[in-house]
Amino acid sequence: MAHFTKATSLHDWLNQRLGVDTLNRVLATEYWIPKNINFLWAMGMILAITFGMLLISGIFLLMYYQPNVNLAFDSVNYTIMQEVGYGWLWRHVHGVAASVVFLIIYIHMFTGIYYGSYKKGREMIWISGMLLFVAFSAEAFSGYMLPWGQMSYWAGMVITNLFSLGGLHADGLVEWIRGDYVPAQAFLNRFFMLHVLLIPLAIIGLIALHFGALRIPHVNNQDGEEIDFEVESKKYLAGDTKNSKVIRFMNDFLAKDMMVVGIFLIFFFYLVFYHYDFAMDPVNFDPANGLHTPTHIYPEWYFLWSYEVLRPFSTNVGLIAFAFAQVIFFFLPFLDRSPNAVPASRRGLFQIWFWAMLIDMIVLTAMGKVPPEGSFSVIGHYAALTFFALWIALPFITKFEKKV
Amino acid sequence: MKNSSRRGFMGKAFGAVAGVGAVASLYAMKRSWDPLPSVKAAGFTTLDMSAYKENELVVEKWRGKPIFVLKQSKEMLATEDKNKRVDNGASTTAMDKKRLLKIGGEYYMVCIGLCTHLGCIPGYRPDKKNFLCACHGGMYDDAGMVIKSPPPRGFDIPPFRIDGMKLVLGETSPEYKKMLADGVTL
Repeated sequence: MAHFTKATSLHDWLNQRLGVDTLNRVLATEYWIPKNINFLWAMGMILAITFGMLLISGIFLLMYYQPNVNLAFDSVNYTIMQEVGYGWLWRHVHGVAASVVFLIIYIHMFTGIYYGSYKKGREMIWISGMLLFVAFSAEAFSGYMLPWGQMSYWAGMVITNLFSLGGLHADGLVEWIRGDYVPAQAFLNRFFMLHVLLIPLAIIGLIALHFGALRIPHVNNQDGEEIDFEVESKKYLAGDTKNSKVIRFMNDFLAKDMMVVGIFLIFFFYLVFYHYDFAMDPVNFDPANGLHTPTHIYPEWYFLWSYEVLRPFSTNVGLIAFAFAQVIFFFLPFLDRSPNAVPASRRGLFQIWFWAMLIDMIVLTAMGKVPPEGSFSVIGHYAALTFFALWIALPFITKFEKKV
Repeated sequence: MKNSSRRGFMGKAFGAVAGVGAVASLYAMKRSWDPLPSVKAAGFTTLDMSAYKENELVVEKWRGKPIFVLKQSKEMLATEDKNKRVDNGASTTAMDKKRLLKIGGEYYMVCIGLCTHLGCIPGYRPDKKNFLCACHGGMYDDAGMVIKSPPPRGFDIPPFRIDGMKLVLGETSPEYKKMLADGVTL
């Protein structure tokens, strides 16, 4: 048994039992971050904080929400919005955060792609991040079901129908997922369970994995420089903080991180208070009606690009295209054949690939929003084809990339 | 040596027990996600076919799904030979004839009113005598046969039994089985 002495303070008492000093050193004060990074490296912290806001606002919504097809709509639109003191605040924080979190995820992802932060030992960071993206997508979808408005119902109908797997007609599978022939009580209840328990648990676990994956390869920097963290941290600890290429995570790096978080929060609460409507589709303020389809069914903006990839094709081809779009980003570290882990600006053709991919996804997003008619449908079709062409081209253009 | 082989055995024995338990739990979980018996047993819908008017779409409900009933007018039956796909011009006449239900000397289109693409409810346009799905632009003719992609097939027809002027949905019959055999519906 370990030897315990009479504690001199509460801190000492805790330290003897939990090793809080060691914990603090390993997790914060001697966790090293390169100096050479910019504000884009603060997106991770913004995501963590946004997830925290989703959790807290969700807890308060959970106290009044009723997962029942007859009560759900009113429990949200009447009880929470009209009766509960500051209920509107939790709902708008939850709704806006659910939308904004995807904006930040996309910035976070494309930052990683631009700076090559998915290579040379950082593959698991990328893969765990993509798993988080999938988990967040499932969380967003299941949450969208809960107000039980028209968009909830019809999004639920359309997305669960994807599991009939096109020409395979796996209607039994669709009915199994729904627990009914159509989205109804069993469906609402199980998606409620997924939204408030199972998926959040998975997300928390994946966040731990994502942070863990960062430990050994460390954070990348904006020049793709390979830093010897061992040497640089020794320099720092010896007092040569000026020449060291790294700083402490806490408090040094966090100071800047939280500065960016502060700016983000001002923008975020501006949206919550003055522009929450962008995250609230007007169609979803009609109660769910299984006998009436809304004129246009479209997902929230963050799913539009993958929806547009599905839309121009016949059922089976569309489904395959959709499945491809869902998983292809996972393979980025292996499809990129170049050993260069440097910013895209120094990688020749890859720089063009990066911007083409970014623009193509924005075009797909825009075309996913408008009705599938006339020239929109044509642009959408070509944007979808471009998406696949870019992924097919990636291994070739990176294979012949010059070593920098 | 003796110890480690004992541990090895205990490990395998535990693995076997845990494996059986895991499979059994998965089965229980799968069953818990199944639709409830009360849901599965839910309703047979009986329709009185004498109440419908020609070229006027009526939406009934069966197991939570909309059911399209469209009584065919003389004109609709007469122009049936001219029905063809909008996108590639292929004729749909042969299928159209097999899809209609003959009840009391009149012809009816009775089918599940969900687009076979992704399950939206298409709208009927009495002037053009066709259905248009707003979700992805799929179209169907007045017998419920698909005339424009992306839907892969015509409207599905629910199991039915004709009983005089009454139509019972949810029960099967030789007429329905023939439709299944002919590939008219799934």
